Amino acid sequence: MSSATLAFDRVAKEFPGVKALDDVSFAVNAGSIHALMGENGAGKSTLLKILSGAYTPTGGSLVIGGQPCVFHDTADALAAGVAVIYQELHLVPEMSVAENLFLGHLPQRLGIVDRRALAAAARKQLELIGEAIDPWTKLGRLPLAQRQMVEIAKALTRGARIIAFDEPTSSLSDREVRRLFTIIRDLRARGCTVLYVSHRMEEIFELCDRITILRDGRHVETSELANLTRDAVVQRMVGRKLADIYNYTPRPGAGGGLAVEGLAGPGLAEPCSFAAEAGEIFGFFGLVGAGRSELMRLIYGAAAKTAGRVTVAGREVAVASPRDAIQSGIVLCPEDRKKEGIVPVRSVLENTNLSARRRKARGGMLIDETWEQANARERVDQLRVRTPSLQQLIRNLSGGNQQKVILGRWLSETVKVILLDEPTRGIDVGAKSEIYTIMQNLAKSGVCVIVVSSELPEVLGVSDRIAVMRQGKIAAIVNRADATEEQLLKLALPLETARAS
Amino acid sequence: MATTDTSPVSAAPPRPSAASRFFDKAGMLLVLAILFIGCAVGVDNFFSWVNMKGLALAVSMTGMVSCTMLFCLAAGDFDLSIGSVVACAGVLTAVVINHTGSITLGVLAGLGSGALVGALNGYVVARLRINALITTLATMQIVRGFGFIVSDGKAVGIGREAFFTLGNSSLLGIPTPIWITVACFAVFGFILNRTVFGRDTLAVGGNSEAAHLAGIAVDRIKIVIFTAQGVMAAFAGIVLASRFTSGQPNTNQGFELEVISACVLGGVSLTGGIGSMAFVIAGVLIMGIVQNAMNLLNVPTFYQYVARGVILLAAVLFDRWKRRKQ
Ligand SMILES: Nc1ncnc2c1ncn2[C@@H]1O[C@H](COP(=O)(O)OP(=O)(O)OP(=O)(O)O)[C@@H](O)[C@H]1O
Ligand SMILES: [Mg+2]
Repeated sequence: MSSATLAFDRVAKEFPGVKALDDVSFAVNAGSIHALMGENGAGKSTLLKILSGAYTPTGGSLVIGGQPCVFHDTADALAAGVAVIYQELHLVPEMSVAENLFLGHLPQRLGIVDRRALAAAARKQLELIGEAIDPWTKLGRLPLAQRQMVEIAKALTRGARIIAFDEPTSSLSDREVRRLFTIIRDLRARGCTVLYVSHRMEEIFELCDRITILRDGRHVETSELANLTRDAVVQRMVGRKLADIYNYTPRPGAGGGLAVEGLAGPGLAEPCSFAAEAGEIFGFFGLVGAGRSELMRLIYGAAAKTAGRVTVAGREVAVASPRDAIQSGIVLCPEDRKKEGIVPVRSVLENTNLSARRRKARGGMLIDETWEQANARERVDQLRVRTPSLQQLIRNLSGGNQQKVILGRWLSETVKVILLDEPTRGIDVGAKSEIYTIMQNLAKSGVCVIVVSSELPEVLGVSDRIAVMRQGKIAAIVNRADATEEQLLKLALPLETARAS
Repeated sequence: MATTDTSPVSAAPPRPSAASRFFDKAGMLLVLAILFIGCAVGVDNFFSWVNMKGLALAVSMTGMVSCTMLFCLAAGDFDLSIGSVVACAGVLTAVVINHTGSITLGVLAGLGSGALVGALNGYVVARLRINALITTLATMQIVRGFGFIVSDGKAVGIGREAFFTLGNSSLLGIPTPIWITVACFAVFGFILNRTVFGRDTLAVGGNSEAAHLAGIAVDRIKIVIFTAQGVMAAFAGIVLASRFTSGQPNTNQGFELEVISACVLGGVSLTGGIGSMAFVIAGVLIMGIVQNAMNLLNVPTFYQYVARGVILLAAVLFDRWKRRKQ
């Protein structure tokens, strides 16, 4: 008997105009952690959706325990012991943790939910993954990381033996990532088979045993990770070599830029001040929840400030709404693309032009079709967005490609200050390096570039200066030359924990 | 550049077959064409000049108001108050004309009342963030009540004959209200497709948070749309009063549902972000043709209600099925 509990056999999936998966075959060893990597749009999420029953393949099948099978909905998959944990979690925020865990098979007596039994069972499940959460907490109250844990616990209550993760760490803090890894290793120790999708190379090499690489919907290679170097993985993913991805070149600062003085508002513990020059790339590092996004939203007028001044190129600007901000030359590429970025039911073209088209309209009112086509085409080419056409609805694009379109929206504007909140989240290595190049070029042309990132190497790699935020305030501002990973991390950690460790 | 090699931007994708693309695009238009030909062949007197004119006149009201309702739905909202506005504006116009003897003042009063109600709806929905369903459910009753109060619950006959030309005159053999409706289709279709306002409306309906962060003045768009909707409904009410030569406080109960049905039949999404004028016209016409054919076939009114509901449900299911298939 082969040791593979899970295999993909010539799996194909075609959407109108897109071949997302083409003849993909590989096997996953039982009780191993198997990485799945590939560029944005390579077909990773599609493969997982086939595994979860959300999509039916247009060709081929899954082989589980030697049996070929095709799932028609998620119930089929659960029955076969398969659970997929997506980035957007499928839980009900208004319900309690316990109810979420047992949704669909709540313990009951004569049709009435047995709350005692429910709480006991829930507590037991949560203990299994080492979480001490009160089962009656409303799920929506939990931070994202814990909600993810609940989702894992839920998969286990259904008796899942094969668990797949689609970019689970992209909005987790470092510490939460460690927790998650412990649990995933635990799953492996208990004999579960884990499929793990991520764009973060370090995670893959730290966590996984084997790897499958996809490119353009085709299977490129499956092998032991120990046999591969990072460069080899990148080369197979992207089909080319990547040089230094940050591509940092020092630029002279040009003065002017963005100055923030005593800005206060929701999410900030105390008023924040900093000044970033035109032509500078100014990084913001901090743990998730340190108030970086809140600060950006305040500068951008997306949240109402209670005090403070914002100056652009030496002139104070009154920003009461994003519209004002854009008019004063400030734009924000938001962190949560699903909620704040994309208009899912509209095309790539419309999503790209959503903001800049106002200024390009004839007489301020009529859409300039020629410009719209040209601009959308230019952004799609510049950022290598994988889309069958400009008319494709953006919701049909892969996650990373959606992110690129939103970035393209803001590159369509002529700006003085660009605020980028986690611009490379969910973006593949190849595209990342292009985005870094674009940032360098923006800075070179005199734009003040502000980058919020939770990835230390990224902040260190691109920024001229780095502000570290901690618990709703700016803890320090460090020059590139003086900054080290340890120092930034130490500055970012909450004081109590810093002392404790 | 950090890369040492470049790969093509995107591989040439396989295209779906021309037939299936046509079917996807043309769905409701196809249904309309088939329905029309079917009725022309199968129903006596359907395809006659007189009946065609009657049919067009019958849908002209729904047609006009569905133009603004399309915007309202596209922006992710809804307006239930329009039936009441139609009635109230008609009555108010009649009363003002009778009191002042001035047609202009009467029409202005009618339009003004619609604008006021619309602006109120818009303000409450956009600024106070009250759900549009509840807001317009409330104004629907308030405005209906005002109509009764102003008219004392009775039809108000209008004393100035010149006023009747609006609803009862013809141009090139086609009644004026039909011309007006056609003009509305053209103007609002153009606004939706070719202006920043129209595209922004769809973005607001598709994801209002994203639209706001992209610098679109979400609140202003909503208020403008609701106000336009009120004015349009009032205008339809004035045309109706002119046709009937009186303002009737009881008229057009359930009109809002008729208009929303036509829009939904035309593929406008109730959750916002999706809608096109061509399809709304198709929806309006399908509703009108079915009604007209049933009248010609002497189907009793009670059954007509059932038939209309069934058609709406069937259309929505058809749409869902089409989307599933993709
Ligand atoms: N529902 C859909 N309709 C049409 N095309 C789709 C649909 N879902 C995915 N695709 C296409 O299939 C391809 C693979 O998408 P998928 O989401 O699997 O990529 P991915 O590898 O997960 O990328 P990312 O790293 O960006 O998340 C993409 O080109 C995408 O545009
Ligand atoms: Mg994906």
